[in-house]
Amino acid sequence: MANEEKPKLKLAVYWAASCGGCCVSVLDVHEKLFDVVAAADLVFWPIALDVKYKDVEAMPDGHIDVTLFNGAVRNSENEYMAKLLRKKSKVLVAYGSCAHMGGIPGLANFTTKEGIFNRAYIESESTDNPEGIFPQTEYEVPEGTLEIPEFYNDVRSLGQVVDVDYYLPGCPPQTERLVEVFMAIVTGAELPPPGSVVGANDKTQCDECEREKSENKTIKKFYRPWQIKDDGKTCFLEQGVICMGPATRGGCGVRCIVGNAPCRGCYGPPPDAPDPGSKMMSAIATMIDANEDNEIQEIIETIDDPAGTFYRFSLPASILRRTIS
Amino acid sequence: MKRYTIDPITRLEGHGKIEIFCNDDGDVENVYFQVPELRGFEKFLEGRAVEEASQIVTKICGVCPGCHHMASGKATDAVFGVRPTSAAAKLRELFFMAHFVHSHIAHFYALAAPDFVVGPTASPAERNVLGVIGKVGVEIGTEVLKQRRIAQEIQALLGGHQTHVVMNTPGGVRKGLTEDERKTVEEQAKGFVEFSKFSLKIFSDVVLANETYVDIILNGPYSLNIYSMGLVDENNKVNFYDGKVRVVDQEGVEHCKYAPEEYTQWVAEHVEPYSYLKYPYLKQVGWKGFVDGKDSGVYHATPLSRLNASDGMATPLAQAEFEKMYETLGGKPVHATLAMHWARLVELLYSAERALELIQDPEITSDDIQAELPNVPNEGVGIVEAQRGTLTHHYWTDEKGIIQKANIIVGTTNNNAPISMSLKKAAQGLIKKGVDVSEGILNMVEMAFRAYDPCFSCATHSLPGHMPLIVNFCDKDGNVLRTYKRDK
Repeated sequence: MANEEKPKLKLAVYWAASCGGCCVSVLDVHEKLFDVVAAADLVFWPIALDVKYKDVEAMPDGHIDVTLFNGAVRNSENEYMAKLLRKKSKVLVAYGSCAHMGGIPGLANFTTKEGIFNRAYIESESTDNPEGIFPQTEYEVPEGTLEIPEFYNDVRSLGQVVDVDYYLPGCPPQTERLVEVFMAIVTGAELPPPGSVVGANDKTQCDECEREKSENKTIKKFYRPWQIKDDGKTCFLEQGVICMGPATRGGCGVRCIVGNAPCRGCYGPPPDAPDPGSKMMSAIATMIDANEDNEIQEIIETIDDPAGTFYRFSLPASILRRTIS
Repeated sequence: MKRYTIDPITRLEGHGKIEIFCNDDGDVENVYFQVPELRGFEKFLEGRAVEEASQIVTKICGVCPGCHHMASGKATDAVFGVRPTSAAAKLRELFFMAHFVHSHIAHFYALAAPDFVVGPTASPAERNVLGVIGKVGVEIGTEVLKQRRIAQEIQALLGGHQTHVVMNTPGGVRKGLTEDERKTVEEQAKGFVEFSKFSLKIFSDVVLANETYVDIILNGPYSLNIYSMGLVDENNKVNFYDGKVRVVDQEGVEHCKYAPEEYTQWVAEHVEPYSYLKYPYLKQVGWKGFVDGKDSGVYHATPLSRLNASDGMATPLAQAEFEKMYETLGGKPVHATLAMHWARLVELLYSAERALELIQDPEITSDDIQAELPNVPNEGVGIVEAQRGTLTHHYWTDEKGIIQKANIIVGTTNNNAPISMSLKKAAQGLIKKGVDVSEGILNMVEMAFRAYDPCFSCATHSLPGHMPLIVNFCDKDGNVLRTYKRDK
């Protein structure tokens, strides 16, 4: 598959504050793995390869052709690696929801470092910590000093820490989209301008969703998914269930909706609306079956946890500010 | 004092770090295993709708998202005081068996096999999954990738999203199975059974037929005399999806058998200031530090501990392999850490057989997949076996089902103390005065933690397989005398 006259592409994959699902999405090329290895040299991939931070530090600047960086920036090590890989990479791709917008770990911006530490190390019902010990970035043991990275108060997306060339959204990105982008790079196809979202559509989930929609205003009350009997056919929103489809780019194959679960927005907002929450509010407003302001207000108030739902994957990168400690 | 810093160890979810301290004679004084990462899921679940939890917690781990989805789904059932319908429970378990098949295949071939099929001290350039394929042939390598793909496809079919599954609702599942789909999956499950038998044969031919390997397993520095934990059904047979948690002691005598909601009576977690990961232990025995023996509450939750804690496997072929394993290794319980690899393959066969049983159950295509929810939500605990250990989710909600508090004990967390101890023991056994600390020796230290298949390791899905390693030899003041780097 590789053009033998051209040098092989140097590819790196790195994870910061992530779950590993993005790396699994790379591995989910399955039997095509042999083709990928034929077209590209993986020069750094901690999930799989024996290449160390020191080796990356020793690389000349711009040595790596493309780095797929997944995960949010949660601690000092994540930040260090983001800056290092920016320097060493010609093209830095924010790969997946966490690098793109902060992702699920970004929900931590609804709370604080102190709240997280207290819950995990003091209050947790199974924790026995009478001395109130918290993890320390530096700790003296008889044999020497042990170090761990600093846990920051705020979670940030990759683009909030370094310049990003492309954003490839999704939690994780659909493997087929990755393969398309990968092939475009390998074949030298023209790439979009830096800062673009790639591997996703400009249209919304609703444009790809096969559930039946009417043009009527239908919502009189919002329901949680278990409060209705989903008929498996009708648009979730028209059944009164919050679905992030109108505020989310397509490209994933409406995979959650195919599983009869409403969209939660991992592909991020469409190009015309940079903030998923405000896009969602305007989409909902057109569907509510009421004319009076107070009536609309009452219906909107039947939505439980609107911030945690509208910004499920995007809190750090959103216009919403964090909880103030 | 010499200090060996292994940082970063890769194939961990996030990052792991090992510090080995040697005295001036070159003997190991102490070893510290550090997990430098925390994301705080328990805290930011607060305020979320409880039925959303099972889709949020899959993001704890993209390697075993299905385990978190199932434990969370069961905790959410308990919050609503509902049991899923019989068909829904079977669909969930079927999904879960496919999840085990995919994970156990990946772990054995990509992670464990390089050390045995290629050899523990073979060249690191060879000691990876491609090296394994080189030894066993491309045909088998392709078959491995294919079987894992099929397992992923079954999960996507039942669970919607191929990685971060969206299957569970309180008291049920979102999607049933058609007869056409059932027929396809039935053939695939038969393929799993054959492939699992084949994998056990490879283990038998390559590992058990090699006296050196058997000696490493039984007599190498890879043994801990600790308690064993695992979920069992009403007959004390291994079960991954449902049952009670049973713990047996070093002689195999039952220490406790608890229902999910009783877990805080039996398990507690210790905190150390140098790691973000806590150290669970048996509460009634107590935390006595990083020591084994009956007076120390340290236990493990692994394929081997699950077999140790059970009276057998619930399917016939897996039961025969269970008996063969204990017969070969000198009776039950077994404490040899590396026997975890064998136990994992016995579990692979069980998962395949159980998947076939479930897909042949007439009820599996029933559309009765959602139970009524008559109760006001409040509190619930859900427990399943993750591939890497017993997984506990516990939620408290208000009357609207909004989470007020959450507590989670993750599979691998159970093994934090045992992994730390195994690493120390392996290092002490292998790094000694006068021993040239070669790459092969260091790999054999790594084998101690690799056996646990830690979930902060995404090693289960790794391509070429060994950890990157930097070893700094320092003088007493910490000045680096020599740096050892393992080559690719």
